[in-house]
Amino acid sequence: MMPTAEEWEILGLSLRVAFWAVLVSAPFAVAVAYALARFDFPGKTLFDAAVHLPLVLPPVVVGYALLLLLGKHGPIGSLLDDWFGVVVAFRWTGAALAAGIMGFPLMVRALRLSFETTDRKLEAAASTLGAGRIGVFLTVTLPLALPGIVTGVLLSFARGLGEFGATITFVSNIPGETRTLPLAIYTYTQTPAGDAAALRLSLIAIALSLAALFASEVLVRRAARRVRGEDADSRY
Amino acid sequence: MLTVDIERRLGAFRLKAAFEAGEGVTALFGRSGAGKTSVVNVIAGILRPDRGRIVLNGEALFDGERGIDVPTPQRRVGYVFQEGRLFPHLNARQNLRYAGLFSRGTPPSEFAHVVELLGLKDLLDRRPGNLSGGEKQRVAIGRALLSSPRLLLLDEPLASLDAHRKSEVLQYIELMRDEIKVPIVYVSHAVEEVVRLADTVVLMSAGEVATTGTPEEVMGRPGLHPGTGAFEGGTVIETKVIEQDMQYDLATLAFDGGTLAVTNVDALIGEPVRVRIRARDVSIALERPGRISIQNVLGGRIAAVGEERNGIVDVSIGIGATTLRSRITARAARQLGLAPGLDVYALVKAVSLDRRSAGPA
Repeated sequence: MMPTAEEWEILGLSLRVAFWAVLVSAPFAVAVAYALARFDFPGKTLFDAAVHLPLVLPPVVVGYALLLLLGKHGPIGSLLDDWFGVVVAFRWTGAALAAGIMGFPLMVRALRLSFETTDRKLEAAASTLGAGRIGVFLTVTLPLALPGIVTGVLLSFARGLGEFGATITFVSNIPGETRTLPLAIYTYTQTPAGDAAALRLSLIAIALSLAALFASEVLVRRAARRVRGEDADSRY
Repeated sequence: MLTVDIERRLGAFRLKAAFEAGEGVTALFGRSGAGKTSVVNVIAGILRPDRGRIVLNGEALFDGERGIDVPTPQRRVGYVFQEGRLFPHLNARQNLRYAGLFSRGTPPSEFAHVVELLGLKDLLDRRPGNLSGGEKQRVAIGRALLSSPRLLLLDEPLASLDAHRKSEVLQYIELMRDEIKVPIVYVSHAVEEVVRLADTVVLMSAGEVATTGTPEEVMGRPGLHPGTGAFEGGTVIETKVIEQDMQYDLATLAFDGGTLAVTNVDALIGEPVRVRIRARDVSIALERPGRISIQNVLGGRIAAVGEERNGIVDVSIGIGATTLRSRITARAARQLGLAPGLDVYALVKAVSLDRRSAGPA
């Protein structure tokens, strides 16, 4: 069974949304995870809780908050529109934003764990070789966090692909613009005689998830081996 | 030239060290916990002293009074850590070139030279996880050398290696010492390493410098035990190889006062060798013994008889310009009537001076 043109479109949109969600949120997640792992600052507990909020809140609430803030008449949304002519509400970019925010705590958690377990002695060694703070971070800390980065990226990507509640609340369910895979499946289940289409899309979702899991397994294993300092062809 | 004069509290432990290190190897010697590693961490800028000064070639790296504290990356102090600390995600070549990332790159000629000097050619494409302990340390030494350091710190670079790897890496360190012109501070608690490498020894004990001097002076001191724990008293002698008997694998070493037969010396005729003779390996006879297996019978005169302690007496015997130390029982000293001025023979078994106590000076 080959996907139809419509199914390709849905799949393409979902991948695009999840891809941009991860790409844009990753640098912020790295910064937040590093700050949480390495620094003590006033309000750290509160900050930590705020970062984790999307994980515990009902996704609909997150979507609604986004709508209030970033909608055309929301305080941030109107500013963005006035200054940059940027509108995210009811656009695929808005879907990406919602997916990014929902996946953010997952990425931060994985990265934070990596930064906390980095061998600080290697960072000291790097500084004796002339590396300043930023140099140490870019050449030692970040590369050694690679397994955490891979894990975080894949978790967040998967979360983005599956995002439903925040997306439908914030950017609605517009075919070709914001109707991602989960939204399309939901739509078909609500349509008379849509069962077959919903089933086909579900199978696509399953195939996609399996592929992502497999890729993550391979990538994480490779990253871990690299960080352990073994050669690529090493069998240990 | 490095001048260190610092103080630092670490919990209940108080570090207070003052010494100078010129060209060649200055060994920071003492038992574990004496504060040796803390001292090199302070020099590298990893540990901040509470007060004091660190001056390298006239430039203050740290000056508590003037508020100077040069950050570690700008100190240009090469540091070889006990556990190597190679970057596991980089191969040997990338580790060696690491410092070049933060300067104007690694000059190719310098890179080739260090690779040659430390025998790293076949290791370049390998990751640290696939290197042996000795290979890792050689790469770590090369990495520090290629950061164009003005001072080199080696913190027990052999401590985590087995005996075989130790002697391998030690040879490379000797090569390096003879090559580079920057001062080297070498931390160790192993007598044989210090004897082989050091030009100056700084003996540390409980966070303070107990004494400073040449290896001959410091390692020969009889009252050394409190500072060094398991360390055994003895004498360090500078010698020169005058004969190598291949048939018996026996070298003859000349020193100021006579010759010594020693097994297993890795040195060519004419090369200087530093020998350490443990005091308990030296026996004393009043007459030259005949028909005896001992290969070294050295005529001399007793210079001093030490205090009796736990039934043991340390006797100093002048042999030419050299003073040999002998540790015998108090009863033997009494029976022989040992006293300053008495002519005696010092007996040293050739096999008691093994590869570990004799090495190129």
